Amino acid sequence: MSMREMTYGEAVKEAIAEEMRRDPTVFLMGEDVGKAGTVFKVLAGLHDEFGDDRVIDTPIAEAGLVGLGVGAALTGSRPIVDIMFGDFITLAMDQIVNQAAKLRYMSGGQARVPLTIRSTMGAGRSSAAQHSQSLHAWLAHIPGLKVAIPATPADAKGLFKSAVRDDNPVVIYEDKMMYALKGMVPSKENYTIPFGQADIKREGDDVTLIATSSMVHVALDAAHTLAEQGISAEVVDPRTLVPLDSETLIDSVVKTTRAVIIDEGHKSFGITGEIASVVYRGAFDYIDAPIVRLGAMDVPVPFSKPLEDATIPTATDVVNAVREMGIEKA
Amino acid sequence: MSIPAEILIKMYRAMLRIRRFEEQIWEVYTSGLMHGLAHLYIGEEAVAVGVCAALRDDDFITSTHRGHGHCVAKGGDLEAMMAEVMGRVTGHCRGKGGSMHIADMSVGILGANGIVGGGFGIATGAGLSAKKRGTDQVAVCFFGDGASNQGIFFEVMNFAAIWKLPVIYVCENNHYGEYTPTASVTAGERIADRALPFGIPGTTVDGSDAIAVYGATAEAVARARRGDGATLIECDTYRYRGHHVGDPGEGYRPKEEIEAWMAKDPIERLRKKIVADDLASEAELDAEMREVEREMENALKAAKAAPYPDVAEVKKHVYA
Ligand SMILES: Cc1ncc(C[n+]2csc(CCOP(=O)(O)OP(=O)(O)O)c2C)c(N)n1
Ligand SMILES: [Mg+2]
Repeated sequence: MSMREMTYGEAVKEAIAEEMRRDPTVFLMGEDVGKAGTVFKVLAGLHDEFGDDRVIDTPIAEAGLVGLGVGAALTGSRPIVDIMFGDFITLAMDQIVNQAAKLRYMSGGQARVPLTIRSTMGAGRSSAAQHSQSLHAWLAHIPGLKVAIPATPADAKGLFKSAVRDDNPVVIYEDKMMYALKGMVPSKENYTIPFGQADIKREGDDVTLIATSSMVHVALDAAHTLAEQGISAEVVDPRTLVPLDSETLIDSVVKTTRAVIIDEGHKSFGITGEIASVVYRGAFDYIDAPIVRLGAMDVPVPFSKPLEDATIPTATDVVNAVREMGIEKA
Repeated sequence: MSIPAEILIKMYRAMLRIRRFEEQIWEVYTSGLMHGLAHLYIGEEAVAVGVCAALRDDDFITSTHRGHGHCVAKGGDLEAMMAEVMGRVTGHCRGKGGSMHIADMSVGILGANGIVGGGFGIATGAGLSAKKRGTDQVAVCFFGDGASNQGIFFEVMNFAAIWKLPVIYVCENNHYGEYTPTASVTAGERIADRALPFGIPGTTVDGSDAIAVYGATAEAVARARRGDGATLIECDTYRYRGHHVGDPGEGYRPKEEIEAWMAKDPIERLRKKIVADDLASEAELDAEMREVEREMENALKAAKAAPYPDVAEVKKHVYA
């Protein structure tokens, strides 16, 4: 397969551009997505190609913005709505949870809501409590929504294209710390990744590290360190939370008999708890150590750097967790 | 409107303090001593200062992401503010909030806000509480032109109108929300007109003129204290710098436009007025500048020397 190197941000932009070229009903709207190309500058150039009609700057009004997206999706358009920071999704929660997610079901299967909401997540930029949250668990909790959370440029491109083509509302989360991350991306125009397919990012035998979004890279770092210590870690990335590829996660833990789950959402009532229960049930007879969950500390994200750093899981945390699992090397 | 000389000089000094604080933030930020986002208020000083000069210490304000000016004007401490934006434990919020969340409840600063429109509910609720508690306190809600398109703005004006709440909505119309010109995303001639359907008075003032802002606010405060309810004041203003440190502020804003606004600088303007009216001499105003300079230097020195919070503090203050 022919591949090209690009950044995560470029992959997202390319996915949107290709889908807009392919399907005239696709358009993008959001705050400063036009000439500015978003505040992260990730979509710079899209407006030049598609113009005001299809790359639309909106008022600062998240509830209305998403509401319009729902209505447009319901009536033959395929909108992509941009919510700059994941924290601001809370302002549009009624539109997402009570409207977008439920229209198909409530209408007895009549409605289709092919809406893509793209937003960001992740701490680490000293942006404090209202610009750093990872709230993807909120949305994964709601039947009727799909949630994708790509960790690499290739996954970002493939999943984004699938999101746009999906006939359901999809929320796709980009970690803003990853925009400059480089990786190889398949060149072919129709490169998509189906939802519900986890990806084994590194193979191993002794322990499974199940990680999402930027935490995949934390897990890969940890796996590297562990390898130097003679422990072989497998890194599995679910890539989409809804639908969740339980089978791949369970199979990996059946093989390794141990798991650490790492996600940047708050630990309590979140993604790691859900995945742990899926794995416990599926791999119960094979598990040799209590599953460890690592998530953002259960506090609002603090501004001050030393405090903020303490709230996000690190590769060291992962390594320490694994080392306490009593893995005996032959 | 004739305003006592001491208030004019106080306003001049307050504007200088904001300007110097913000210039200092620029330095601190670009030299790597500060992280995160820093939205500077340079050019808009007359709004915060004109409004807050008409308030009492026990009145309330809610602020925005561009909040340093409001906090200085309402009585925030320069040293504690500087320490806060640098994430130090001596900051107003012990380093937990940072630039976008500075709060000093002791002087009625209910908090800057990272959410555009985040202050609407809080300010209106503070007005409701003042009324319930039978005080004559008022609450001021600072917000941007961009925030005026959030739905909650219309919800709170309705509340304030039906219950005659002592709230003053102060719109800082600086003609841009981030990189988007206000006119391209905002219906109607004036944001002030948005009050009219609610029966709330709405006026537009020159936001580079501290005296005009003070006058409009004093009138709104008197009305609120009398029990006659809310007012919306739209202040026509401009930020000299980019949306935040890191945005050069050009490209999306015509050079001539920036220059035209800088030519009617609010600080220079008040200074000229004070001197022309013989309320203070150039020398006296220069002395004010030196005094502010000294204060700023001390604040910066103290903030730089202050420690970061102990990591053990990270779990503190989640609950009361
Ligand atoms: C709910 C919400 N949406 C979007 C943002 C991102 N954002 C931060 S400042 C800003 C522009 C605000 O414009 P305005 O209200 O006019 O204030 P100004 O920056 O011009 O002072 C935007 C869109 C945010 N912080 N909160
Ligand atoms: Mg503005």
